[in-house]
Amino acid sequence: MKRAIFVPLLVIGLLLTAGTTGCKRTPKGITPIPAAKSRPVTTPEPTRAGPITSAPPTTGPTAIGVQPGTGTPVKPDEGTTATKPAEPPHPTSPSGYPQPSPDLIEGMVADTNYFSAHAIHFEFDSALVRTTEYGHVHAVGDELKAKPENRLMIDGHCDERGTEEYNRALGERRALATREALIKYGVAPERISTRSWGEDRSVALGHDEDSWAKNRRAEFILLQPPK
Amino acid sequence: MKSTLARALLAWAALGAATLHPLQAQPEYDIDAFVGGRAKPVPVAMSGYSGEVEKVLRFDLEIAGFKFVPEAEAQYLLQGGNNAQVEGRLIDAVNKAPKFAKAFTGGSVRTQAHALADEVVLAVTGVRGIARTKIAFKVMRNQNSEIYIADYDGHNATAITADNSVVAAPSWRPGHRVLYYTTYKSGNPDIVSQDIDSGERKIVARYGGSNISPAASPDGHRVAMILSKSGSPDLFVANADGTGLMQLTQTREDESSPCWSPDGRWICFATRTSEPRRILAKISSTGGPVQRIPISEAVNPSEPDWSPDGKWIAFTSQMRDFQLYVVPAKGGEARILVPGLDATWAPNSRTLVFTRRGPGGKRFLSLLDVPTKQSKDIAQNLGVCTQPAWSR
Repeated sequence: MKRAIFVPLLVIGLLLTAGTTGCKRTPKGITPIPAAKSRPVTTPEPTRAGPITSAPPTTGPTAIGVQPGTGTPVKPDEGTTATKPAEPPHPTSPSGYPQPSPDLIEGMVADTNYFSAHAIHFEFDSALVRTTEYGHVHAVGDELKAKPENRLMIDGHCDERGTEEYNRALGERRALATREALIKYGVAPERISTRSWGEDRSVALGHDEDSWAKNRRAEFILLQPPK
Repeated sequence: MKSTLARALLAWAALGAATLHPLQAQPEYDIDAFVGGRAKPVPVAMSGYSGEVEKVLRFDLEIAGFKFVPEAEAQYLLQGGNNAQVEGRLIDAVNKAPKFAKAFTGGSVRTQAHALADEVVLAVTGVRGIARTKIAFKVMRNQNSEIYIADYDGHNATAITADNSVVAAPSWRPGHRVLYYTTYKSGNPDIVSQDIDSGERKIVARYGGSNISPAASPDGHRVAMILSKSGSPDLFVANADGTGLMQLTQTREDESSPCWSPDGRWICFATRTSEPRRILAKISSTGGPVQRIPISEAVNPSEPDWSPDGKWIAFTSQMRDFQLYVVPAKGGEARILVPGLDATWAPNSRTLVFTRRGPGGKRFLSLLDVPTKQSKDIAQNLGVCTQPAWSR
């Protein structure tokens, strides 16, 4: 295994050149990830996999009845952002409200400070938006209704008291629940994107309830069209 | 169900079969025999080795379920040296019979020592050793993280990313020198594949919402993942390059951390019932009903991993802290192992690598031999190390 020798030599070599070229230390040969638009493979819309039955099997592990999708067509008001819908749209999939493609927010300018005072917080292991947080949700909703050219990114976060991938999914559920609260308030679903940071972006670094409570949060990021 | 007498006889038989793997006499899926601590470490004595070679042999054999004892008490003697090259002969001390005599050249001194340790394990247990396998894991520093790969004991660790961003959940693609992982480099959690040798990266999933938790199928042809594009974190399966996307679950609940059965037919994952209660479940990898996997009284399960021999599922139970558990793959009685989280199986289906959390936010990797409970922390000064994945 010559690699054990290569790596320190490579590091030394890179460190020596870093001062003159100012380049970042990069492992040998690593390629930048292609931008979204130049994705080399096209991914068609997912096809639902086989029949999903709700009848549990008679033997073996317990089956959870998973309701098959109803195939509800997309509501007509989902396409408009300028007009306020008469009533909030209903979820178009059994999972909830489908997400806008990341291409739609490509190039928009993010402002993480604009809504920073309205970050909302959650109870342990919960993605329920508490009624005490609705004031924040509505304040953000009002701003979005007033400026139809803007969009929103909602970041979901967790405290450290979960395994990492469980927390990544929980953070996403928090962002999605917050998004749903905004949708029910009248903001069109395709104006809101979500992402989860799991426990990777804590704001409080202590290992106590005070810090944990601060980390269980959803944050709103304003997305504006480029000038 | 076996009677107490039959089980006792079986346990004696297992202990008495000196030249057999301690578990070869166990009945299948008997979690008592596997996890219950009945397997005694194999006593071995070593002489003639020094320095790093001696340390490597000691680490490798102890984690393989051996115990170093004085020569008089040993069942096996490993004698040799490491002057010009590593060499060793293994003698069955009970039958006074030589098992093998080998010398190793090429590679580094550590690799030679690992190769010798593997020979000892193979000769004694009949099962291939893991001393020359690799792991991938996540290293976090200052709220950013990179993917590293290393020898299974943590040595020769090399970063394969340098994005100053957040990464997560590396997963090896069997049969290829390729890793899947989640990266936030684009600003959104995307799933990419990276060729370890060329460094080439390709997008596997970049949909709206979060694209997380990739898990390669055992045949390397497909990848499972959790995507929230439908409005909730759901389980999806695609071809290895991300084409041919299929949605397997459509629920308002969250699914997380999928893993495959070794025959590729099932995907096991963590989810929630409508109660809500957190459970482990499985689904056919080509679609079908979601089936709960019973785990007796274990609570809040997550991060399951299916052993390569198909028999066991290791998972994390979250209570006040985190505990590793093992349950028979079809469900049943779950047995607690040690404190820790995020375990993955070695190719030998008996060693686990997992994350341990220490005080003050410390996180590091550790190895556990499930039958003997012998354990080794993987010492590292890289930073916070988590989410290990064992190469196949």
